[in-house]
Amino acid sequence: MLLELSSEQEFFQKTTARFLEDHVPVAELRRLRDDPTGFKRDYWRRGAELGWTSLLVPEEDGGVSVSGRGLVDLTVAAHEFGRHAAPGPFVSSNVVALALSGSAHKELIAGLLDGSEIATWCFSEAPPHDELRELSFSIERDGEQLVLNGLKRPVESADQASQFLVTGRSGGGLTQVIVPAGTPGITLTPMTGVDLTRRFSAVRFEQVRVPLSAALGGIGDAAVAVEKQLQHALVLLAAEAVGAMQAAFDMTVEWAFDRYSFGRPLASYQALKHRYAQMATWLQASHAISDAAARAVNDGAPDAGELASAAKAYVGEYGSELLQECVQLHGGIGVTYEHDLHLFLRRVTLARALFGTPDAHRRRIARLIAQKEAAA
Amino acid sequence: MKTEVESLDSFRERAREFIRKNLRPVTQRSVASSLRAHKSDEEELAAVAHERKLQRMLFDAGLAGVCVPREYGGQGLTPAHQRVLNAELRGYEYPSRLQVPTFTPCLSVLLEFGTEAQKQQHVPAILKGEELWMQFLSEPSCGSDVAGALTTATRQGDDWVLNGSKVWTTGAWWSDWGLCLARTNWEVSKHSGLTVFMFPIKIAGMEVRRIEMLNGSKEFCQEYLTDVRIPDSYRVGGVDAGWTVGTRWMFHERMARNSPFVTAPDGEVRAGGSGSTMHAIARAAGKLEDPRAQELVGEAQTLHLVGEALRRRVGQGIVTRTLSDQASAIARLFVGLAEARRATIAFELAGGAGAAWTPDDGDLGEWGIDFLMRQAVCIGGGTTEIAANVIAERVLNMPREHAPDREVAFREVPRSRSQRE
Repeated sequence: MLLELSSEQEFFQKTTARFLEDHVPVAELRRLRDDPTGFKRDYWRRGAELGWTSLLVPEEDGGVSVSGRGLVDLTVAAHEFGRHAAPGPFVSSNVVALALSGSAHKELIAGLLDGSEIATWCFSEAPPHDELRELSFSIERDGEQLVLNGLKRPVESADQASQFLVTGRSGGGLTQVIVPAGTPGITLTPMTGVDLTRRFSAVRFEQVRVPLSAALGGIGDAAVAVEKQLQHALVLLAAEAVGAMQAAFDMTVEWAFDRYSFGRPLASYQALKHRYAQMATWLQASHAISDAAARAVNDGAPDAGELASAAKAYVGEYGSELLQECVQLHGGIGVTYEHDLHLFLRRVTLARALFGTPDAHRRRIARLIAQKEAAA
Repeated sequence: MKTEVESLDSFRERAREFIRKNLRPVTQRSVASSLRAHKSDEEELAAVAHERKLQRMLFDAGLAGVCVPREYGGQGLTPAHQRVLNAELRGYEYPSRLQVPTFTPCLSVLLEFGTEAQKQQHVPAILKGEELWMQFLSEPSCGSDVAGALTTATRQGDDWVLNGSKVWTTGAWWSDWGLCLARTNWEVSKHSGLTVFMFPIKIAGMEVRRIEMLNGSKEFCQEYLTDVRIPDSYRVGGVDAGWTVGTRWMFHERMARNSPFVTAPDGEVRAGGSGSTMHAIARAAGKLEDPRAQELVGEAQTLHLVGEALRRRVGQGIVTRTLSDQASAIARLFVGLAEARRATIAFELAGGAGAAWTPDDGDLGEWGIDFLMRQAVCIGGGTTEIAANVIAERVLNMPREHAPDREVAFREVPRSRSQRE
């Protein structure tokens, strides 16, 4: 979370926080556990009106500007999503909106911006192809058509999406295609996930044919766009995870003062105080790297890729370490469904595993350094 | 008098021109770290002399003491200007030995507590590179518990006479002045009987002995004060008000590279190093394609990047008051643990060469020595345990630890066996 918010950013933060408190309090999150879609379309539409999906899109495409640094502004909302463990395809919707910016898909952009339509990103693949550079999904040209083959998973809110942004391999390069959800050859299999409200599917494409015009950018020429999308996804995911960390930490600090054992509050034991100090440090460091990555990616800085991966690697690892510590400090109540802690544990767990594990991002950073050193 | 603050752009241009014209780029030869005891005394003294010259050049160029008020020879500019200077200095030499402890905590403490005469005499001299300062804080009997100082100052007429011992002073053997915390009253409680003094290091009664560290470094010193006589005009702050000064002193010390008075080029990484250091070790070990080695390289770089981001966040937060002063303990705890981890990573990447090496091993050599010194980063400047206490008690406001040294005369406070009379 940014250390200092401009008045416009603060307004955006407050309206988002108030909306989430009103519409998805924890009782509602628990009700949504059994909802197959995990969120109400009306909730998403009204949230979109606050700007949730508009900040990565330029104004000529209908986008909205808060401070002029769209991604930095958007992390303010992402943080609130984490703090409230909010439902809805926040990251994927924004990545698709970003990818479509400046394209001919004006109607879809408009639908994403006003929340009437959902479109999602088919990017990740099943192990062993979940490594960041190991996409196996094939997009081949056949005359005036592109033919898609392969399995994408996990794909967020695929069952709600009218369109898919699909990233795959064409020979040595990457290609991106917009595919209508009803296209023959597409099969959705709902997956079971760790979060209460975020839903994922496995989406199989078998001989799915789309016209050449469905391609976003050139065939085999999408690597730069994909990298940009990935960096944005990593930043939003990290910002959201930091929000969840903050909520859990605040809750656990309060617990330290409220809970007495052997006639003393937990907060009076040095062995525990030091663990709280460690957690406070992880948390502050996570805020710092997440914000630094947001600024770098927003500005297209040369070290944006490295910082985005560092944010993902650090927040991924220490987000879940912090949450597991919070559980430990709560004792038995911390592993019950009744307590709210698991809402945030679920969120950071999701954030750790999506779009590359901490180890995968450490290897990516090592490769980026190797490239830099080779060029030097 | 209305003074216009120089624009950041104009300052940047001025700094850039000076730096490109006058300073040498830092050539990163092999990665072997700066913590190691490679320099002879002559080389070290030559390096100190060179840095004094660099400081003088910065002063003459109007780039010294960016945030120091003009009346004391500084530039009277803002932390934003200092950050610009730090950015422009990336990759260039600069007077690194003068930053800590001379600029912070010593100069910071003088500016905050010094008399007008003290400030007029010493601040410009510091900015010109003429005075290097040292802090006489720790003692053999008390490490992190600095308020337990036993070094005693006794009033004799207009003078004070100091006796005792101070330790862990970096480079005291080539420094000029020192700031010293001493006990002036044993009959009141521990924190109420302290006073801060300053004096030249080469003064009668002062013996400086160098301490050899386990890696062979002799940078640290221990001082023995025997009837060191100084005038009352060398007192900084009130008599028995030393802890008021002392808490701010330690705050300024913890600020370190975050201090607006300190010049710290962006991208500068200490021993143990960044991802590119680790990359060099992995390359020398033939492990660039090993996924485990890549994970270690990436982890080291992640810690480096997170540390930089955290340092900026905490520094900015304290300056703008969005974070409490005590938040500097968060940065301190992070740096200690992260650097210790990086020392382990370097050692791990070096493999068998961590135990024994030859000159031909290049970037593989000597990491075992750094590993032996690993905990130094968690000890120096206040241990990580103390930082954890500060975070818990001052940032999170958790109850203070039981302290049997608070409500009694200092004379009655239990002491280590070696210090009992």
